[in-house]
Amino acid sequence: MIRFENVGLRYGMGPEILRDLTFRIEPQSFQFLTGPSGAGKTSLIRLLFMSLRPTRGLIRVFDRDLSVISKQELPELRRKIGVVFQDFRLLDHLTTYENVALPLRVVGKDESEYRSDVVELLKWVGLGERMHVLPPVLSGGEKQRAAIARALITRPDVLLADEPTGNVDPTLARRLLRLFMELNKLGTSVIIATHDIALLEQVDARRMVLADGRLEIFD
Amino acid sequence: MAKETKKVPASKKPAPQVKAARKPNRPKLPRQKTQKKPAGERSRAPKFRSLTPIVPPQSVAGRALTLVVAIMSFLACLTVGGVSVVWDAADDWQNDLVREVTIQIRPAEGIDMLREIDKAVALTQEFPGVETVRALSDDETRALLQPWLGDGLELESLPVPRLIQITVDDPEALDLSQLRAALEQEVIGASLDDHSIWTSRLSAMAGAVVLGGFAIMALVLGSMVLSVVFATQSAMAGNKDVVSVLHFVGAEDSFIAREFQRHFLVLGLKGGISGGAIASLAFLMLDLFTRRGSGQAGSDQLSALFGTVSVSLPGYLGVIAVVFLVAVLTALTSGLAVKAHLKRVD
Repeated sequence: MIRFENVGLRYGMGPEILRDLTFRIEPQSFQFLTGPSGAGKTSLIRLLFMSLRPTRGLIRVFDRDLSVISKQELPELRRKIGVVFQDFRLLDHLTTYENVALPLRVVGKDESEYRSDVVELLKWVGLGERMHVLPPVLSGGEKQRAAIARALITRPDVLLADEPTGNVDPTLARRLLRLFMELNKLGTSVIIATHDIALLEQVDARRMVLADGRLEIFD
Repeated sequence: MAKETKKVPASKKPAPQVKAARKPNRPKLPRQKTQKKPAGERSRAPKFRSLTPIVPPQSVAGRALTLVVAIMSFLACLTVGGVSVVWDAADDWQNDLVREVTIQIRPAEGIDMLREIDKAVALTQEFPGVETVRALSDDETRALLQPWLGDGLELESLPVPRLIQITVDDPEALDLSQLRAALEQEVIGASLDDHSIWTSRLSAMAGAVVLGGFAIMALVLGSMVLSVVFATQSAMAGNKDVVSVLHFVGAEDSFIAREFQRHFLVLGLKGGISGGAIASLAFLMLDLFTRRGSGQAGSDQLSALFGTVSVSLPGYLGVIAVVFLVAVLTALTSGLAVKAHLKRVD
């Protein structure tokens, strides 16, 4: 599904912050991406999401070579990948419902087509009562769930979550983790970037550990 | 062939399991109880309404740009009105000149002027397209010369050329070159003046005014386009987060451009309609002023030049066209500016 071969990344003329990354993300797999702060987890997530291009190496996404994918083709591929950012990136002037529906709205779907799906998903993540509320009045956990719902609404093939439990208490972190696992069972490959050891210990899953720009994989 | 970075063998399991939890897989996330809404929460019933615009309208340079667009569109409409007034006046002058032709009979020795005049009148009347042919009487000729030669002029004592005025009914039916040839052949000392020099000068003048008007309008609209480009760039910078979110949810550049374009189209329409309405009001007031002020010096000067100084229907249609042009131009410019910006930031 996603394949990295000897991928390296540097910003400008700076040192290489990711070196010789070689791994695969298989369909319906579940993995943690971990490592100390500043190890390059977010940069790797951005590479996976195609918002950065590697300075060397090969990346294949859905059997397409990233180096030959044109800018016009990127939106189509990005729609197959859901992303949950550490800082949520919800649009403050849109309601929770509108934020979650955004990926469907940008592909030109009519609201009547997706309304019931969005409402159902919001209820599923426990935001059924908060769907007409603006993000600034949501709690950290609610924002996190809204961001997750937005990433899931299109039922993506891959879900990338960057520190999804960074802003929530351990109980909610465990609940969110179960949510990701449920999604994984439904067929989505999940990659969770975290340095929360407690979270890692809860699930016996593949671990990708980034340290000093290199990656070690523990299957 | 690249190898996986480093693999630590472990027993492969089909699906991850939560170690500690023994709860059902389906998450049971907490339902929020209805509470008193805190400040900032939208106080509306939880029902669906029309969707909020993705780009917040207040983030797009609002009043100042609308005012700039309104002023520019007002100036463009004034130009259109001015061009329309001059064009109509030139058209009127030209029509008057084309419908009037003059025959001049110069005196020469041994020629009976009255006989030549009668011959010329009779000959001209036979031509198609001619409405009336009238030789100017002695009194009229004296009146024409009076400013230069004074009163009490005796026409017989001076070799004064005589004029015959032809009113043309249908300019297309009258063959002027044939009439000129016939007159020169049969009437001694006759020449035909069809005012072609004046009409060509008039049409050149009117053309120059129209060209000047278009140049001014192009400059005004150009300034407006530049203002819109700056405003779009500022709106893009202010909505960096929105653009970034739209990108990662898979929005195409054309979708993002449309979202911005929509605001600028509304803004352009508001500004254009305001400018056009004020310009139309100014035209109506000018019309009223020249009508009510007839007899006063300033108003009479204007009327002498332009007839009634009123903008005709094509002028008002031009104003409507300018309003739409301003709105479309604003939207198109903003759309192109957004696309150019997105291309640069990629």
